[in-house]
Formats: sequence, C-alpha cells, structure tokens
Amino acid sequence: MTAENRKAYWRANLRLVFACLLVWFTCSYGFGILLVDQLNSIRMGGFKLGFWFAQQGSIYIFVALIFFYAWSMNKIDRQFDVDEG
Amino acid sequence: MDLKTLTYLVVGASFVLYIGIAIWSRAKSTGDFYVAGKGVSPLANGMATAADWMSAASFISMAGLIAFLGYDGSVYLMGWTGGYVLLALFLAPYLRKFGKFTVPEFIAERYYSKTARVVAVICLIFVSFTYVAGQMRGVGIVFSRFLEVEVTVGLMIGMGIVFIYAVLGGMKGITYTQVAQYCVLIFAYTVPAIFIAIQITGNAIPQLAFGSEITNEGVGLLDKLDDIVTSLGFTQFTSGDKSKVDVFCITLALMVGTAGLPHVIVRFFTVPKVRDARMSAGYALLFIALLYTTAPAVGAMARYNLMNTIQSGEVGTTDGNLVYEERPEWMKTWENTGLVVFDDKNGDGRVQYYNDANPDFQATANSYGWEGNELSVDRDIMVLANPEIARLPNWVIALVAAGGIAAALSTAAGLLLVISAAISHDIIKGILAPAISEKNELRAGRIAAAVAILIAGYLGFDPPGWVAQVVAFAFGLAAASLFPVILMGIFYKRMNKEGAIAGMVTGLLFTYGYIEFFKGLFLKWAGAPWGENVAENWLFGISPEGIGVIGMLLNFAVALAVSRVTAPPPEHVQQLVEDIRVPRAM
Repeated sequence: MTAENRKAYWRANLRLVFACLLVWFTCSYGFGILLVDQLNSIRMGGFKLGFWFAQQGSIYIFVALIFFYAWSMNKIDRQFDVDEG
Repeated sequence: MDLKTLTYLVVGASFVLYIGIAIWSRAKSTGDFYVAGKGVSPLANGMATAADWMSAASFISMAGLIAFLGYDGSVYLMGWTGGYVLLALFLAPYLRKFGKFTVPEFIAERYYSKTARVVAVICLIFVSFTYVAGQMRGVGIVFSRFLEVEVTVGLMIGMGIVFIYAVLGGMKGITYTQVAQYCVLIFAYTVPAIFIAIQITGNAIPQLAFGSEITNEGVGLLDKLDDIVTSLGFTQFTSGDKSKVDVFCITLALMVGTAGLPHVIVRFFTVPKVRDARMSAGYALLFIALLYTTAPAVGAMARYNLMNTIQSGEVGTTDGNLVYEERPEWMKTWENTGLVVFDDKNGDGRVQYYNDANPDFQATANSYGWEGNELSVDRDIMVLANPEIARLPNWVIALVAAGGIAAALSTAAGLLLVISAAISHDIIKGILAPAISEKNELRAGRIAAAVAILIAGYLGFDPPGWVAQVVAFAFGLAAASLFPVILMGIFYKRMNKEGAIAGMVTGLLFTYGYIEFFKGLFLKWAGAPWGENVAENWLFGISPEGIGVIGMLLNFAVALAVSRVTAPPPEHVQQLVEDIRVPRAM
C-alpha cells in the first residue's frame, strides 16, 4: 500500500466519521436538548416532538447510524483494498 | 404454586443454566481467559456487551428515575446509548486491530511508557470497583425481596455464582453466560411492559403505547400525565427542571464515559475481525435499545398507575384521594420493606401525594386542607412493583426477579474480569514479572478474580456511604482520563508520552477535585465537601455529574500543548498508529 493510498483511505474514513457525528449531535443535542422547546410545539401522534427525540428518536437514530457506519466502512475498505478478506 | 416457590424455581433454573454454560466454556489459555480466544461472533458479542453494560441500575432503577424525573431522565437515556456511537466510530475497530488483551496495554504500547500503564490501571480499578459494589448490593436486594432471605445471604449466593463462572471460564465463560443472561433479562423486562401497555392503552408495543391514548378516556397518556402531575404541583412530565447547559454536559459526560469504560471496550477485543468489531457495536446498541426505549414507556405508565391509584378522584375534592385502609395489596407488601411510607399528616385517613416543596402550590394545597405530602415512594421499586401494581400472574413476578439478578450478575462478572486482567496482565506480567509463564499468568488471573470477588462482596455487604455518588464520579473519571488518551492515540499520530500523561493526570485531578469539593468522597475527614452543591456555586452552571466534560476538554488541551513542545513519538510507535488505522495486516 502506497503512502498516498493510505492517506486517501484515512481521509475517506474521517469524512464518514464526521458526517456520522453530525447526525449523532443533531438528533440528540440538537433536537433532544437545545431545540427541545421549539420542537415541543410540534405534535407527532401523542408525543411532543422534542420530548420524543430525547426519549425515543435519538436512540433509534443511534442504532441506525452505527449500522450505516459499519456498512459504509466495509465498502471503503474494499474500495481501497485494505479489507480483511 | 405460591410465588415464593415459583421464584425459587425460576431463579434456580437460571443459575443451573449459567453454571452449565460455564463448565462447557472453560478457559484453557490466557487468550481464552482475557479475550475469549478472539472467536466470539459479532451477534453473540453484541448480546454479551448489552448484558455486560446493562446493570442492576438499568434494569431496576432507570424506569423509576424516569417516572419521577420525566424529561430530565432523558440524560440517562441518551447518555447511556449515544456512547456506543463514539465507541463504534472512534475506538472499537482500532483497538481490535491493535489486537492485545487489555486497555492499559494499549496505552502502554502507544505511549511507550510504564508510567502511563500504571496511571491507566489506577483509573480502571477505581472505575470498576465503584460499579461492582453497586451490582453486588443489587443482587442482595433482589434476593431479599423475592426469596425472603437476608441481604447478606443473597449476596453470598451471588458471589458464589459469579465465582464459579468468572474464575473458571474467564472471558470465554462470561461471554456465553452473558448471552444467556441477556435473553433472560430482556424477556423479563418486556413481558410486564407489554401487559401494562395493553392494560392502559390497548396497544401491545410499549414504545407506541407511550404516545397512545388511554383506553376509554380519549386523551393521550403523556397529556393526561402532564395534567395530573401539574395539578399536584409537580413539574410537567414532558419538561424538566434542570438547566440546558447542565442537561447538555451530563449527557455528554455519560456518553463519553460509556465509551471510556474498560469493561465495555474490552468486549470488542473478543471478536475475530475489525469489521466484526464495527458490526458488533451496532448489535450491542440494538439489544440495549430494546430495553432503553421500553424504559421511558414503563416509567410513564408506572407514574400514571401510581398517580391514578392515589389520586383516584378529582384533585381537591374530599373523596378524591385514596382511603388508606382500602389501599391495594402491593402497597402493603412494599410498606413492609420500608420503601413505601405513609404518614397521615392531616389525619383524614386518606393519602395525599403532591409536591410540598413547591412554594407556588402551597396556597392551593392549604385550601384543600392538605398539610404536607403524606406518601414517599422509593424510585427503585417502580420496576419491581410494576407486575404487582398491574396484577400480573405470579410467573411474571418470578421472571422479573430472575431478570434483575441476571442484569446484576452479568455486569459484576464483566467488571471483575477487567480488574483481574489489569492485575495479572498489566501489573504482574507487564511490570513486575515479565518472564512469567502462561500457565502461571492464568493462575494469577484466577486468583486476582477470586480476590476481586471477595472485595466486591465486602463492598456490597457494607457499602461505603458514597457508592451512589461515585457512579457519577466513575463516568466523569472515565470521560476525563481514559477516553481522550485512547482517542488521541489513534487519531493524532504526533501525540507523545509526555502529552498523554500530563493530559490524563490533569483530567483526573480536575474532575476528582471538583466532585470532592461539592460532594465529598474520600476527604470527608478533612471537612469535604467544602462547597454547597447548588447551581449558583457551580462552574458555568455545570453540576458534578456533568463536570467530566470540562475535565475531558482540559485533558485534550493540556495534552496537545505539552506534546507540541516535547519530542515526537519514536518511529516504531508512529508505525503502530499507521497499522491500527488499516484493517488488513500489512
């Protein structure tokens, strides 16, 4: 593996990590904490939306996020030919 | 069959299962003992991690906390799940690629320093013992309530079971027992939740019942709850009392702390490949989420049931409150344990339960002829009493007992193992006697596990007054010391020994000092706590529970500054960092 290739692989990884972190932050700290009062004026079924994000939604998104990361990372591994075979 | 016999049968059967698994999966090498031979499938590891992580506190206390805290309880829900995202993104795959046995071992090699290893071992042991004391206590409480034995006897039985499978099976035994324990605990948690959800809303899925309408009332569960609690002077269920900055910091400290807990990190050493480590984090959180999304629903429904039982009629009317003599059976049972206490302050023979600490509600309460809150309910009983409150069959109650014990035992075993590995592998093999044979190291590991169980049992039997308080300390400590150093070790190649040690020590001392100052831990004899633990005195309005965040930031800042002015790490360490960043062996 060339040094060049190694750098490109790491950059692709960091981009993915950054995107995932953004989602992680937005759904929990954003919707569940900082914007909770504004979102609470919106109803989703029997829930106030901000409250739902804080006690339900953020957890669902966390789960989906990890599987998305694992799947994307495996793809990047194959793309740069560094997967474990 | 009566409840007691049934409970003995169910709990006994679960013990037979655990011991059977332990004998089947005995550890034969140090690799088996520390990391289960690195042969655990990602799915099984996910379940084991979930059981490892969800302790007696998650199983017994969390729904109760949420029942009484409402929105403010979200800090635990988000804080104790979001950390897995950090684990998956930042730590698990890389530490698996590193491919050794313990967390301090990584810190020692990455920072080419025995000092760093010793500091890491100290953090690890403190964090883990704090936890394990609480678990053993949990085992004792469940035993004493459901099997009607002394707390001490319950504790001894619990110690005996953990002893058999942790000492015999090491990580391998623990892993497969935890898989079984996960199944027991999640079944025990969801079955009563489903029954109660059907009773209250007619919807069988607790996560949906949470936002559904109450049967025959035409009003949503949460709206009704908001209504009842505010009419009794409490804060609205769907909003909170804590300040935004504090909620933010506590959540972050719990998340980062989770990602820095050694007994969780080490679980990702047990899978065969890097991609399994990533996948496994997903499975772990999925299995945790099953309980963590059910818990707030259980909390809300339990609070509703409680309020509805006591405030059976309109608030303020003479016959609106429960007549004490007509109280339900479960209330009598729990009064025997002292966890439910009634004190008829105005002598009307009825139960008044309201927020008498709210000055704005004082006048209203007076006009009703109420002279103070008359009922105190321990938060911890909400989950345990739930099946009784909902009048569920006896086998469900027996199951809940087995589930609570499974949750406590699985976490205790995981913690005891990282403690014993830190002693036998990091201290004995790593520093004191590098030439030790594998057979002797394995023996040392088993002895260390046995000693750790005895100490844990002692702490559970005679908990120092501070066990509950140090939970916050354990997370803050992990967040402020271990997490930043591991993270920078992977993502910042230039980070060196000097920076890491300075960072760890700073984060540790600051966090410890702040908590000691406001809560008092070890220095009570010297007059601690020195500051009154109120929001006006806190730094930036951050409570001691959330201060680990500032400790973490200090750790990063000091480490970066010090590493800039000292020599870069040697060539072979930089090579190590390059290696762990790539899954395939180069």
